[in-house]
Amino acid sequence: MKSEQDSIINYDLVYAHIVASIVLLAVVFLAGMLYSLQFLHLYPFPGIEFLSPGRVRTVHTNGAVYGFIVNGFTAALYWALPRLTGQRVMNEKYLGWFMFIALQGAVAATAIGILAGDSQAIPWGETPWYVDPFIVVWLLLALVQFTTPIYKLANKEPLYAANWYMIAGLVWIPMVYIMGNYVPVFFVPGIAGAAITGTWIHDAVGLYVTPIGWGLCYYFIPVILKKPVWSHALSLLGFWGLAFFYPLQGVHHYLWSPIPMYAQYAAVLSTIVLELAVVSVIVNFMMTLKGRAEALKESIPLRWIYVGIINYAITCFQCAIQVLLTTQKVIHYTDWVVGHAHLIMYGTFGFWIMGFISYLWPKVNHSETYSKALDEWAFWLLLLGMELMWVDLLAGGLIQGFTWWSLSPWMDSIRYSFPFWIGRTASGTLMSIGLCFYIYNFYKTGRKKTVSLIHAHEVGAGGGVR
Amino acid sequence: MKFSRIVLIVGILFFAFGTFWQAVAPWLSLKKIPVKSLEDIAKDVPREFYMLAEDYPVEFNKYFGKADEKSFMVALKTGRDIYIADICWQCHSQCVRPVSREEIRFGRISYPSEYNNVMQLPQLLSTRRVGPDLIRESGVHSNDWHAAHFKDTRSVVPGTVMPSYAWFFDKDGHLNKKGLSVITYVQWLGSWTKPEKYVLQAVNTEAAKPESSESVKTEEVKPAVSESAKPEAAKPETGAAVKPEGGKP
Ligand code: HEC
Ligand code: HEM
Repeated sequence: MKSEQDSIINYDLVYAHIVASIVLLAVVFLAGMLYSLQFLHLYPFPGIEFLSPGRVRTVHTNGAVYGFIVNGFTAALYWALPRLTGQRVMNEKYLGWFMFIALQGAVAATAIGILAGDSQAIPWGETPWYVDPFIVVWLLLALVQFTTPIYKLANKEPLYAANWYMIAGLVWIPMVYIMGNYVPVFFVPGIAGAAITGTWIHDAVGLYVTPIGWGLCYYFIPVILKKPVWSHALSLLGFWGLAFFYPLQGVHHYLWSPIPMYAQYAAVLSTIVLELAVVSVIVNFMMTLKGRAEALKESIPLRWIYVGIINYAITCFQCAIQVLLTTQKVIHYTDWVVGHAHLIMYGTFGFWIMGFISYLWPKVNHSETYSKALDEWAFWLLLLGMELMWVDLLAGGLIQGFTWWSLSPWMDSIRYSFPFWIGRTASGTLMSIGLCFYIYNFYKTGRKKTVSLIHAHEVGAGGGVR
Repeated sequence: MKFSRIVLIVGILFFAFGTFWQAVAPWLSLKKIPVKSLEDIAKDVPREFYMLAEDYPVEFNKYFGKADEKSFMVALKTGRDIYIADICWQCHSQCVRPVSREEIRFGRISYPSEYNNVMQLPQLLSTRRVGPDLIRESGVHSNDWHAAHFKDTRSVVPGTVMPSYAWFFDKDGHLNKKGLSVITYVQWLGSWTKPEKYVLQAVNTEAAKPESSESVKTEEVKPAVSESAKPEAAKPETGAAVKPEGGKP
């Protein structure tokens, strides 16, 4: 049974991006596990230039953003936008598939380029120079593709908050990308370059990942719960808070560096103030759940999303503390920051994507989730591993910071970190087992369709393409 | 429609303001400082580079010829590129902060003008320290130490997590172009903050040939202290005492 809304969604594109996202997530896990072995003296490929640990780490971080997150968001956008607006995206048959292939090509070229030693020394901008223009073009195409339905709708009715977030993210990211990947690489050296790099690092997270993630949550949460968002006013507050304070905090990645202090003070202040905007969003999501919390027991997608929101609250609280110049004396440069990065990138946005995918995957396959038990195992293992890794890295980070401050020999900080690095690999193993369950379940759910519902698929997906 | 247009414009304005304050304003503030080219840098070739040519004459001659400004420029640039290609910067920062006693551990606190050169394009401040900061690395260890360290890190510093870099060496285990360049690069980092190195060296050579009665004294002291005390005396600021002890095999 297809509703009218479903016929304007291209199921095959959603399907393809979901598969790419999950496959690349597995690659990200693999690279993360590999690199973490270097810290235990167990790195399996010593002496191979192509697999130099530093390069593997970079594949890990870039794969997480460009592979897993961008694919996951794009899949969810292909689903959510037509449903939010009642309009098709600009073009599915040509542009949609071209973008799909181009994105996977860019990710592969980035990974190979990094392993071959062509990376650039910009965090998350390590994409080799010959890939950058393609990514810019891709982002511009995505802008056209996804703002078209919003534009069509905007001519008729006022927009949902979700759409605002999406527009904002899609408009900001090409500008930010050009700034971060060209200016500090080719034009501005040194400290000024560092200020620009910081702005890029933070904008990539804050002006793409955050608004698109929030926007998608503003779609999926009410849809899964079948009730409206608690407060429209709060969602607006969150939007303007994000728009105003996020671009102002880039330099907080380089506090106590020689970057002029006015930029550093502004970054610290706006980071703290931004927490207000984030709290408004979190409160809004939580109040939407009010009275329906038992739905978390039934719906695993919803659980992924809400656990992500709780992790978000934790990270943001942590962020307001760690950005203080006093705290920075200890935690900057340590594993604390790595723990923070994992909790926000995977514990929040990653979990949201896992939730979106858990929700969408049976739908695009016209099947049921293969095994609820497996789903539960995957959820709890990934959650447990994530939180353990976070606690472990925070603790390790504090110890590193204080050991450095105490002027002990450098190797002491390495020795003291050892148990925590074992803990990281162990919790990573837990997560990897969880991911294996998730993928097995995912695979089986996908197979179900070909047996029982092949007819429905043809009607549904075919209708989408035509 | 009107409303979403307003959203778009205001959003872009906010973005522009934030970007101005965080990225453009620091750039304008620092624009006064001239940007050094590679030629400018090569006006001050650190003595470690000449020592490298003496330590590894065959290899050096094969890849770089004579040790002079020209070959220094080539080696430095290649070394910097390898530092980026092998992503050393994800484990090593290049910024001494004015807090957490870093000036005692590493040396002089970082200042903006030392970064205004093409070797910091892109900048390499980095946000993670697994290994120590490297912006004051020049002269902390000898060239031999670095060669041995890159070849097999754990035999030089037991327990370290820094990877060994086999591809810095040719089949026979001699330094190749990459290895020589990386050593040039790390020995250059911070050499501009250590003019005292040269002064102290001059003092030491003079102290070595005073009158007879004194020279006996120095000779007596020498064997006992030279190995451990020399680095400290040579670099009072770098806090060599807090360097890992494993660093001296
Ligand atoms: C996995 C992280 C890691 C990577 C990657 C890494 N290092 Fe290290 N490095 C360390 C650690 C830890 C130490 C401290 C212990 C030691 O000396 O081995 C160190 C020490 C050093 C030292 C000695 C510092 C001192 O003052 O004692 C130098 C020089 C150095 N690294 C250069 C490099 C270069 C050049 C690269 C890239 C080709 C690199 N490192 C890549 C972790 C790393
Ligand atoms: C099996 C699970 C994982 C393991 C074992 C792992 C391990 C690691 C390691 C060892 C680092 C380098 C830390 C350092 O330099 O000291 C790292 C960095 C990072 N990882 Fe992971 N990772 C895992 C999963 C993920 C996932 C799923 C994501 C995102 C979706 C992610 C995002 C990141 C990011 C953003 C960084 C950079 C942190 C920074 O530079 O501050 N990781 N990871």
